[in-house]
Amino acid sequence: MSQIASLAPLFPELTLAIGAMVLLMIGVFRPETDEAGRAVGWLAILVLVLAGAMVVLQPAEAMQMFEGAFVVDGFARLMKLLVLGGSAIALLLAFDDLTDIRQMKFEYPVLILLSVTGMLVMISAGDLISLYLGLEMQSLAAYVLASYRRDQVRSSEAGLKYFVLGSLASGMLLYGASLVYGFTGSTSFATIASAASEGGSANIGLIFGLVFVLVGIAFKISAVPFHMWTPDVYEGAPTPVVAFFASATKVASMALLIRLIFNAFPGMTPQWQQIIVFLAIASMLLGSFAAIGQQNIKRLMAYSSIGHVGFALVGLAAASQEGTQGVILYMAIYLVMTLGVFACISAMRRSDGPTEDISDLAGLAQHNLPMAFVFGALMFSLAGIPPFAGFFAKFYVFLAAINAGLYTLTVIAVLASVIAAYYYLRIVKVIFFDEPKEAFLPVRSKAGVVMTVSAILMLFAFIVPYLPASLISVADAAAASFRY
Amino acid sequence: MNVANAPLLSLVTFLPLVGVAFIAFLPRDAVQNARYIALWTTLVTFAVSLLIWINFDTTTANFQFVEERPWLGVFTYRVGVDGISMLFVILTTFLMPLCILASWESVETRVKEYMMAFLVMETLMVGVFCALDLVLFYLFFEASLIPMFIIIGVWGGPRRVYASFKFFLYTLLGSLLMLLAMMAMYWHAGTTNVITLLSTKFPAEMQWWLWLAFFASFAVKLPMWPVHTWLPDAHVEAPTAGSVILAAILLKMGGYGFLRFSVPMFPIASQELAPLVFALSVIAIIYTSLVALAQEDVKKLIAYSSVAHMGFVTMGIFTFTVQGIDGAIFQMLSHGIVSAALFLCVGVIYDRMHTREIAAYGGLVNRMPIYAFCFMVFTMANVGLPGTSGFIGEFLTLLAAFKTNTWVAFLATTSVVLSASYMLYLYRRVIFGALEKASLKAITDMTPREIIVMAPLVILTILFGFYPAPILDVTAASVKALVQNYEAAINTAAAALAR
Repeated sequence: MSQIASLAPLFPELTLAIGAMVLLMIGVFRPETDEAGRAVGWLAILVLVLAGAMVVLQPAEAMQMFEGAFVVDGFARLMKLLVLGGSAIALLLAFDDLTDIRQMKFEYPVLILLSVTGMLVMISAGDLISLYLGLEMQSLAAYVLASYRRDQVRSSEAGLKYFVLGSLASGMLLYGASLVYGFTGSTSFATIASAASEGGSANIGLIFGLVFVLVGIAFKISAVPFHMWTPDVYEGAPTPVVAFFASATKVASMALLIRLIFNAFPGMTPQWQQIIVFLAIASMLLGSFAAIGQQNIKRLMAYSSIGHVGFALVGLAAASQEGTQGVILYMAIYLVMTLGVFACISAMRRSDGPTEDISDLAGLAQHNLPMAFVFGALMFSLAGIPPFAGFFAKFYVFLAAINAGLYTLTVIAVLASVIAAYYYLRIVKVIFFDEPKEAFLPVRSKAGVVMTVSAILMLFAFIVPYLPASLISVADAAAASFRY
Repeated sequence: MNVANAPLLSLVTFLPLVGVAFIAFLPRDAVQNARYIALWTTLVTFAVSLLIWINFDTTTANFQFVEERPWLGVFTYRVGVDGISMLFVILTTFLMPLCILASWESVETRVKEYMMAFLVMETLMVGVFCALDLVLFYLFFEASLIPMFIIIGVWGGPRRVYASFKFFLYTLLGSLLMLLAMMAMYWHAGTTNVITLLSTKFPAEMQWWLWLAFFASFAVKLPMWPVHTWLPDAHVEAPTAGSVILAAILLKMGGYGFLRFSVPMFPIASQELAPLVFALSVIAIIYTSLVALAQEDVKKLIAYSSVAHMGFVTMGIFTFTVQGIDGAIFQMLSHGIVSAALFLCVGVIYDRMHTREIAAYGGLVNRMPIYAFCFMVFTMANVGLPGTSGFIGEFLTLLAAFKTNTWVAFLATTSVVLSASYMLYLYRRVIFGALEKASLKAITDMTPREIIVMAPLVILTILFGFYPAPILDVTAASVKALVQNYEAAINTAAAALAR
């Protein structure tokens, strides 16, 4: 019994892993119908909620397992909750869409669960080995999910591209990890940290290792110049899968990056700071400029997500507690916004099937005003206009960067957000100003609830009394898990 | 219960949102109800703001009706008014019912959304003038872009999309730079409380940067030459009431910003950069007046004249004298009334003829005598004729500028001639002459509703022209304190330099 109790920090991951296997069994031994698929889907949501409950019930102090390879602290718990919540909602969005195309199969929720298991391991990784294990587990399931519509060339192509480029990135990460191991003699973050700060000036080999590891992770968070897969995968993969990638995967990868640089390389701040600043600038600018010309809303959201990662990295570049707090808030807000937008996208359907063209949104305000308001609010939030939460996301990362003296970076960030505002406004323009086209089919309840809740949260989360202060203190407590 | 202790400012700020909630739940075709709800909401808001004015203590320069509530941890919800912001709050709440009335019939499509946008706009504009926390101020300041963007884009003219984007992006760029400056101020002073920041001494070099960042925002908003180009587009394309709000209130946010932040918080930078402001003001006054002369579109002409008039405001503020700042505030309020009235006048004939081209009109006096009278009053006020409110502001700012910098005053005075030429030329072409055009034969004079909208504006224009005391009394204490603090800061800096 005590042996089981000693596994307490692992309970959320165990719940997910066992849940995934049980659901796999249920799926295999049930007739292959949409109803069975949906039942497995609901069970998977239940498993995610259970795992979330496990995370909440964990004691508040920091815990370690397997000689530091698995770390549970305030930061890990918060990020895990975000990932679990985001995945549950992304999964919820999938029900109707997949039923439409007669693909509501039990594999889908199982793959999501496996991928989320990987993400939780990533978030808690305290060792290069567990980092890689989590990352690959998450990625392998994600590759399959991207090509989930195997009858469609676009989707298969997306999966293949994601797989090939993802493997390349994993290879680079492994190479980097081997260099780091070679020059520090350990794969444990704590040992790497002490070895890295021992030598006074950082070792050139270690710097090479750091660069390669960061390249691998930059690919996962789709930071420029390792973003090439993002637009294609976002466009090709089914909408609910993209909602999952854009929300849960992104948060988990960002959490991994934060943990890696603050736990393993705290002594090399100037070195990684340079890289992060570069990634941030490149992502913000490319995300802003490249989105301008997009006609496909999912492709646009891909560039938008690249840009948002850039903004979040601005907070990370500050290398301070406020900065990390800013990034956590940013990712949380981005998660809610992006799920809302993808709920809107999945509601863009006509009698002849779903559509992804921005021009099809024309005049939405005239035949579906509530959805137009929701969509408009989310766009203003993504653009970072107050009083929407998207503004406060940017506000806190900029605040940290200003305190760290990164003035040039913040001015570039400001310019990028003005450029980005243009393409978000363009969607608002299409929705509100243009002459109406044929109306969409009525919004279904699941997507409707998700988009409405998301828009309401984005509008009110930071302007009602008391709530914002507690949100900020939660993020601050999580950021305090690291030493700066 | 003592009125002064009630949260009156929050009430004025958020009362319009109650109207928004009501309108939102109306059925789609309850258009007339939406109009009445909007009208009554704005009237009640105006009444509450008058209550604040009555209870306002003009003998002190301190902030009054201050409220503080927890909000974002270190950033608190803090509002209050002093002599400078009080009048802008009144101006806003006063003009809103008129705007609603002016759009009573001219807006026929999506009336519910239109009224909601205007009410949201009112909340945000009042919020800007009441906010005493940098973050709160910024929130209101930038959020006001959203409803205006929608108003121009949905109910605007043919080039509305271009105009709305230009308006939004121009202003956004300026205000984001200001946001960065606010963050730097926060890290330096440890607070975003405006009352504390007013007595914080920022290092001289930091003041420069902060001043420039704030300038980027306010110069675009005001607007100053050469970043004024969004204004003619936005004015021309916006619906009548939208132009009124833009000219009368949104532009004043820039001038208010200079008075609230730039001058008192960064006195050294203000003093050193005053020549720059003077130069831009003089260019704005002369150049945009000349441009106004060449306009074929009534709204565009008035838009350019707004830029010229705002030149007087910046010139007055940066003389750092009591007359100059009094004059600038007076000019802003007067312009708020006069330009609003002029745009409403344009709206009157636009609703009838659906064109804003000057050449399409002529001889209106024959068919529209009441209209001709109203238009004349506002034309004279815009020219700055003694006896109208336009005169006081121009006179005071020129007086102050003359003491500070004779050349600036000399060049700015040419505007008196130029504004007379473009306004009288406009008036002659639209109103006088024989009524020759066949399309104008059937034009009718102002309806009772339009007369109700115009009457208060006519009365105030003439009243303030003869009796400016109500305005100058309210501002006196705050302006005096502002100038004294400024001089003290400059003297301290000079003494430090001498040592």
